Amino acid sequence: MHIIAFLIRRAIQAVIVMFVISLIGFSIQDNLGDPLRELVGQSVSEAERQVLRDQLGLNDPFWVQYARFLGNAVQGDLGTSYFFKRPALDVIMAKFPATFELVLGSVFIFLSLSIPAGIYCAINRKSWLTQFIMSASILGISVPVFLTAILLVWLFGVELQWLPAFGRGETYTMPWGWETGFLTWDGLLHLILPCISLSSIMLPLFIRLIRAEMMEAMGTDYVRFARAKGLSTPRVRYVHAFRNTLLPVVTVGGLMIGTLIAYTILTETVFQWPGMGFLFLEAVNRVDTPLIIAYIIFVGFIFVVVNTIVDFVYTLINPMVKLPGAKS
Amino acid sequence: MKTLRHFATATAILMGATGLASAQTLNFAYDADPVSLDPHEQLSGGTLQLSHMIFDPLLRWNAELGFDPRLASSWERVDDTTMRFMLRDGVKFHSGNPMTAADVVWTIDRLKNSPDFKGLFAAWTSVTAVDDLTVEVKTDGPSPLMLHTATYVFPMDSKFYEEGGPEVVKHGDSFASKTVSGTGPFTISEREQGVKVVFKRNPDYWDTNSPGNVQTAVLTPIKEAPTRVAALLAGDVDFIAPVPPTDLERIEADENSKLVTMSGTRIITLQMNGGRNEALADKNVRLAMVHAINNQGIVDKIMKGFGTTAAQNSPAGYLGHNPDLKPRFDLAKAQSLMAESGFPDGFSATMMCPNNRYVNDFKICEAAAAMLAKINVKIDLTTMPKAQYWPKFDERAADIMMIGWHADTEDSANFYEFLNMTPDAETGRGQYNSGGYSNAKVDELTIASLTETDEAKRAEMLQEVEKILYDEAAYIPLHWQDLAWAAGSNVDIEPVLNVMNFPYLGDLVVSE
Repeated sequence: MHIIAFLIRRAIQAVIVMFVISLIGFSIQDNLGDPLRELVGQSVSEAERQVLRDQLGLNDPFWVQYARFLGNAVQGDLGTSYFFKRPALDVIMAKFPATFELVLGSVFIFLSLSIPAGIYCAINRKSWLTQFIMSASILGISVPVFLTAILLVWLFGVELQWLPAFGRGETYTMPWGWETGFLTWDGLLHLILPCISLSSIMLPLFIRLIRAEMMEAMGTDYVRFARAKGLSTPRVRYVHAFRNTLLPVVTVGGLMIGTLIAYTILTETVFQWPGMGFLFLEAVNRVDTPLIIAYIIFVGFIFVVVNTIVDFVYTLINPMVKLPGAKS
Repeated sequence: MKTLRHFATATAILMGATGLASAQTLNFAYDADPVSLDPHEQLSGGTLQLSHMIFDPLLRWNAELGFDPRLASSWERVDDTTMRFMLRDGVKFHSGNPMTAADVVWTIDRLKNSPDFKGLFAAWTSVTAVDDLTVEVKTDGPSPLMLHTATYVFPMDSKFYEEGGPEVVKHGDSFASKTVSGTGPFTISEREQGVKVVFKRNPDYWDTNSPGNVQTAVLTPIKEAPTRVAALLAGDVDFIAPVPPTDLERIEADENSKLVTMSGTRIITLQMNGGRNEALADKNVRLAMVHAINNQGIVDKIMKGFGTTAAQNSPAGYLGHNPDLKPRFDLAKAQSLMAESGFPDGFSATMMCPNNRYVNDFKICEAAAAMLAKINVKIDLTTMPKAQYWPKFDERAADIMMIGWHADTEDSANFYEFLNMTPDAETGRGQYNSGGYSNAKVDELTIASLTETDEAKRAEMLQEVEKILYDEAAYIPLHWQDLAWAAGSNVDIEPVLNVMNFPYLGDLVVSE
């Protein structure tokens, strides 16, 4: 039963997190700029702008505006985007699949490469390939994502013309309205460069992390004992040692989700990827405050969800770990 | 590696094949897509570009800055304050409704209720339908800008909009912001805001002389300039605008693409606030500063030649353009002017500039600050995104502020009204005069020019204003931003481009 208690606690936590975020978002909104400037042409008079400001309720005191926002928020309405003229949450949800698939694609890339590479580097410490991977990973960490992305576009999009330079390409709409790029050839081609760019920052980090953890695990007593027991080398390596390297990897992975979301903003901007990150950057440029606040609240929600999942994954990897708050 | 190469060849063939099959499809990319389908919601370049695709104006600008008849087949001036527009017969809206004088009157009434457009139409006191195909416009005084203003009238289908919902809504959902019925060469078949707009050719387009052969046009907004250029070079799109100065050479070097540039009409200036900083109230100081700024250097080095040096507001071709006024960079003169001023040892001043509003805006300001340092004017420069900049600009938060201006009316007086006249919150004049510069003669001449219909006299007035502003060093003119477009070599883009940056895509010819 403690799983239900755990979930309820997490749900309350999520509400508190989102409440605090909304308060912060609301209190900084005046510093984001004047939304009216983006809504009207250059020669509209200040008097005319004041009338519009009144209509939008932007001249009300902070607490009046915030109370109105909270009142709507509890009914699931996070405000209406100035630019899209639709509920901000709808706009974000419509862009969510694009970002989710981008993140999924890059998680697939960096997991499928970093695990074998990390293990290999831990086992064959002196090989030239290890040396190469380790130096390349330093380079990978140091090069900013947007630069990687622009280089990829230039090389594969412009010079070689192998892959499309921007956008999502053709998408297939699932019966429940989710537009996916995974099911069309064109959509997959469009995913390659953005996914590689986005994974470029995580990949070297995970290789180094897995290598370090694996090396440590290989030196522990239980691995030596398993060997002494006569277990086969693969079993010792991949079951006994590797499984124990996973715990810190999952922890870091959960934390890195935040970084990954930050980098989707950059990647999506370079590739004109119609996802949430690009949407957010545009909203900041357009001073679309309702959309900005809805986005940060939504991201806060994602954080809570991911951390909850990470906690569950712990218990799967290592049965000795208990869910937070469970009786031992 | 080999499979990869095969794969690449296959993709290339595939892409080539689709290119061939859709020869009359135009894929084009701008830096943004239209905010709304309502032509009266926001007065911006994007709205007007869209209006020229799905609507037609009464008359439109041609490349020589003259007027071409569109939905008005002719016009005549009845007297100083009255103008008649004769409408083209047999024009139908996309809905099938015929276009009549009633639609034009309805549209102008609607414009007068739009917060963005009402200013332009303030002088139009009455608009009446004389008969089904004649519209009579009366103004509150003699109006030299009658035809300029008429380029903003894109007749809308009054029956269609009256049924669906005619309001202009600045914020929120409205019928007109999502649905459209105009007379234009294209209709909208699909639109996902921020992602793409698909235009289909109007099969019943009235202008049967139009050479245009684009059947489907797909607009994809690509915000990042390098991505936009890459999309063109990679062949993903056929036409892009704007082209950043850094990529001009690359496009010129590409054999499958071509570049079209034009000297633009947006003036970039620095305004000096004598009210905040007493040194800037000294005419000699201002003159010294103008002489210290190397316009040519900024255009060559920072703008990569992508600009035309300016000594006044009005670009060539405008009535107010005074050919005698030349850029006057001369450091020695600047230093001697400074020595003669009340501040021979120099002074400090604050400066603010946007960093994402005009082409290379913050780099220009950095360069200007360095140039001013040579006459001992120590600049404390702050740059910020436009979202934060505009509120600061309204507050007049620095001694020197950057402002760029494009005259909505394509007329010189518009520059003076907004940038140089004495600020007046009542009338809205001088709204963008952050320096607070005030000169009774400038005010008087500008006001008089708004009701002067004799073109020669009007030109004299406007040019005199430029001369006063020049002699007084009322502000620092830098340059007019050039315009640039780039297209695939099979897209015959030049004939449909103009200095207003309204590509008339309805007339665009794409060859096989």
